Amino acid sequence: MKKLKFLNIFIFIFLFALSLVFLIPVITVLSNSFKDKFSISQSPFVLPDSTTFSGVENYINGIADTGFVSAFFWSLFITVSSVAIIVLFTSMTAWYIIRVKSRFNSILYYLFVFSMIVPFQMVMFTMSKIANILRLDNPFGLIFIYLGFGAGLSVFIFSGFVKSIPISLEEAAIIDGCNRLQTFWHVVFPILKPTAITVAILNTMWVWNDYLLPYLVIGSDYKTIPIAVQYLKGGYGSVDMGAMMAMLVLSILPVIIFYLSCQKYIIKGVAAGAVKG
Amino acid sequence: MKKGSKRWAIVFVAPTFIAFCIAFLIPFMLGLYLSFCEFRTVSDASFVGFQNYVRAFGENTDFLNALTFTVKFAFASVIVINVVAFLLALMLTRGIKGTNLFRTVFFMPNLIGGIVLGYIWQLIINGILYNYGYSITSNATFGYWGLVVLSSWQMIGYMMVLYIAGIQNIPTAILEAARVDGASPIRTLRSIIIPSVMPSITICLFLTITNSFKLFDQNLALTAGAPSKQTQMVALDIYNTFYGRVGYEGIGQAKAVVFFILVAVIALLQLYFTRSKEVEN
Repeated sequence: MKKLKFLNIFIFIFLFALSLVFLIPVITVLSNSFKDKFSISQSPFVLPDSTTFSGVENYINGIADTGFVSAFFWSLFITVSSVAIIVLFTSMTAWYIIRVKSRFNSILYYLFVFSMIVPFQMVMFTMSKIANILRLDNPFGLIFIYLGFGAGLSVFIFSGFVKSIPISLEEAAIIDGCNRLQTFWHVVFPILKPTAITVAILNTMWVWNDYLLPYLVIGSDYKTIPIAVQYLKGGYGSVDMGAMMAMLVLSILPVIIFYLSCQKYIIKGVAAGAVKG
Repeated sequence: MKKGSKRWAIVFVAPTFIAFCIAFLIPFMLGLYLSFCEFRTVSDASFVGFQNYVRAFGENTDFLNALTFTVKFAFASVIVINVVAFLLALMLTRGIKGTNLFRTVFFMPNLIGGIVLGYIWQLIINGILYNYGYSITSNATFGYWGLVVLSSWQMIGYMMVLYIAGIQNIPTAILEAARVDGASPIRTLRSIIIPSVMPSITICLFLTITNSFKLFDQNLALTAGAPSKQTQMVALDIYNTFYGRVGYEGIGQAKAVVFFILVAVIALLQLYFTRSKEVEN
């Protein structure tokens, strides 16, 4: 038993050290965001001192250069709307194609599963052209496209859980005079709620951080946060490292707040999403 | 659930189905067709047979180099991520103090987007290499290991969570029995823990392999393929073929089809092999 305890102490020290290693990159970026832009690249691991400290200047420059405020709100709008629409429609679709047996529905199910392994590069060119032709190249159209892209994984996860719901509940609702929509909304969806949280979290992590899809579809007119960060780098000439650091901090901040406030759901959601995956 | 169900399909299936067709199904089919065509926009396609495929491999070695680099990268990162994640999961299921805090920290990088991750690590790696007079783009080896470190930092926490879930699913009675029978920790690991978490291993390998092959944002932000396309992965090569210069869209699409087939074959083979090792419960 004594040996075991010693081992546990050793593991604790190891994990503690590893945690610091995991945090160093983020802390380094944070500390550099307060240094003047010429003192960053050469000595990123030195904390800002009285000569290199530049206050919030980097933040002001970065926000002005990238239009960060509007990028933040576009990211927020696109993420929240897409996730809400994906959860609503894919849960309905999953329930329907599992409960109503038909050849079309089972083919559809396999198409959704199939879509999960196709790399984005396979469809990126044709998809962005089609989005352009159909006038979906705006934030509202993008939400619709996210429904299509998110459908595969989301329908798949929902389907796995729909199968475990006893059908007698739904039959009772139908006998009581509910139509399909009422049955779904009042009986099935409440049971699916934990799954809905899983699907919402997985899609939030994807949509919020997605770069290429929004860049190709709406990138010339609207910027989301990843597009704004990449834009800072993409211009000609040297990159303003100060502004870059500030933008990195501002991009990470909402994510950290989201993570710390829903940590329990996120970790559970990730684990639950994979069990069925 | 029988009568009148067709009518309800419009409410339940149509929105998802239409979006799925527009965003995925039609672009996918059109992409397959266009890989045999020469085109600039989509509507001006003329059939050229396998010419794009021949040119994808024959015109220059970019695509082959990108494929080799991607395979090498995937090999290292899949091993590092899964081994470290599994070891961390073992350490975090012993009831050690601070387990939740450690788990929170290790998972955190996973929520940061690929572009942001790329620039974070560019700063860190360049900061270290600066002392030796290098930067990440001065040698392809730096870019390679930079990508491995970056993707490990990002993915370890995620896989760790999946392995923890797997380990916690093992009935304590079995572990107890092994302990009573005097099984050594190594023996318990080999004969009980690993066989029991086979489903987690399957899914973790699947996720890390497909993610490693599809990596794009991190590659773009960290090195953008520099020096001279040596650290360019397949996804980035395809992107550059499409949008780099006019007239190469067909070749880009052909590369994309090859890429798709490669990812699909690897994913299915891996699923087949690890599934066959899973224990039925």
